[in-house]
Amino acid sequence: MDFITILSIFVLACFVGYYVVWSVTPALHTPLMAVTNAISSVIIVGALIAAAAAGVPGAKWLGLTGVVLASINIFGGFAVTARMLAMYKKKPSSAQREHR
Amino acid sequence: MHGAALPSWVALAYLIAGVCFILALRGLSSPVSSQRGNRFGIAGMAIALVTTLVHYAPRLAIDDDFLGSEARDVGSTFDWLTLGEIAAAIAIGAVIGLVTARRIAMTAMPQLVAAFHSLVGLAAVLVAAAAYLNPEAFGIAAGGVINPVSRVEMGLGAAIGAITFSGSVIAFLKLNGNMSGKPILLPGRHVINLGVLALIVGLVAYFTQDQSPWVFWSAVALSFAIGFLLIVPIGGADMPVVVSMLNSYSGWAAAAMGFTLQNSAMIITGALVGSSGAILSYIMCRAMNRSFISVIAGGFGGDAAAAGGAGGAIDRPYKRGSAEDAAFLMKQAEQVIIVPGYGMAVAQAQHALREMGDLLKKEGVSVKYAIHPVAGRMPGHMNVLLAEANVPYDEVFELEDINSEFARTDVAFVIGANDVTNPAAKTDRSSPIYGMPVLDVEKAKTVLFIKRSMGGVGYAGVDNELFYRDNTMMLLADAKKMVEDIVKSLG
Repeated sequence: MDFITILSIFVLACFVGYYVVWSVTPALHTPLMAVTNAISSVIIVGALIAAAAAGVPGAKWLGLTGVVLASINIFGGFAVTARMLAMYKKKPSSAQREHR
Repeated sequence: MHGAALPSWVALAYLIAGVCFILALRGLSSPVSSQRGNRFGIAGMAIALVTTLVHYAPRLAIDDDFLGSEARDVGSTFDWLTLGEIAAAIAIGAVIGLVTARRIAMTAMPQLVAAFHSLVGLAAVLVAAAAYLNPEAFGIAAGGVINPVSRVEMGLGAAIGAITFSGSVIAFLKLNGNMSGKPILLPGRHVINLGVLALIVGLVAYFTQDQSPWVFWSAVALSFAIGFLLIVPIGGADMPVVVSMLNSYSGWAAAAMGFTLQNSAMIITGALVGSSGAILSYIMCRAMNRSFISVIAGGFGGDAAAAGGAGGAIDRPYKRGSAEDAAFLMKQAEQVIIVPGYGMAVAQAQHALREMGDLLKKEGVSVKYAIHPVAGRMPGHMNVLLAEANVPYDEVFELEDINSEFARTDVAFVIGANDVTNPAAKTDRSSPIYGMPVLDVEKAKTVLFIKRSMGGVGYAGVDNELFYRDNTMMLLADAKKMVEDIVKSLG
């Protein structure tokens, strides 16, 4: 891919991001931050490449450390988002409430 | 030049991962679809991980002396040791991440998010550094000379990542209470900050001409410093903007590295996260009627606090009530609107509050919650806490959806909020918070306002004239204890 192709993907993705994020309900802004955090750890791709590459030991160890950090974020970020989202409940119907 | 092109299936897989991330955010448009959205995010990440591991699987050079001749079949060209190390690294991260996610208290969510941002930032720096040390592995160099465009990309990725890291560490320390939430003001900080920023930009530009280590590492070091300098002067209650801004930066850092790696998943994600954080910062600034620049310049809530305290307004007469009075008033009401703020989070009063709401509903009172966008320490902070306490989300309303209802409401119950209810924001041109959108609680027949004591002022350092109005009753106590007492009187 040449630079212009990559730049096009980037610019279009910015617009997609703009419209998608404005449609997020304010009640879910905290989960939004948690999940964006988790997905921005896709940077792990770079860390994996560095960790897997032979030749420069320094780069490999930087890569492995990056893999650890990004994994914390990926697993922690998605798990904490799932935990938060599971808490959002609608008003139970009055019949259900009697049983509680 | 720019490395061998990725095989089509790899490029396609990264694209699919990127689309999954878009769907993950799209799912958050409603609580109903949100959990499906999160699963899309997980699927996207799994696709990106597996694709990378398969395509870039560690291989040994065929003529490696380590290998005995009998091991030299096709399978043995995989470097199992490195693969094991990578698996171990992922496992370590997974355990730490999952345990943290399970144990963290919902009130500590702002700190956790700040901590997570710092990790993304540091990971970006590490990836950029690894790419700098071993550019051939990333396909961005020929004969040891790194492609100049890639130099700019990795320089920016490292710089933004470093700013994200050190900024988030400071934000974490402030949110976690390890560091005073008060702004710390260095003399001449604007000049220093602008100078350092200019220096970083200059170094990244010079990096295209000279790829010596000193250029790269000085840019990284200065970026760590500027992240620290930028966040230190910003006060605790401006943290919603800071956390959103750092969220945005972590996205831009990922995008910059995505350019280096020509990886569409990283670019799409970076753009999504970058815009998400930027939009949240904008929403927060608008909700405080302040410009982004003034928040970033910092210092708010420091000088003003001194001026407000000297105003001498503390001696004005006010009405004080007890838990029994509050319980009686609310029992008689047709509708009660609860206005929570950061104080509710500090006191951990959300569970007691929900109990109070349940008892009132049993009495036939309509109970609603009104949330100001900057209530709490991060966007949506109050909503999560109320959800944690099992408050149904359809009883929780945003400022613009509920503000007109206060005039038709019998009791407004303010717990842990202050500045966001101050009528001075609408009337007093000299007030530092003039023009900020506020909740019209004073229009309710009665305002019940929980506050620890009459002494303190809100974050903005201004006295709240709501306290001295005829229809306001002050409930002076710890928020949680007061609500528990009200629950007792109601029961």
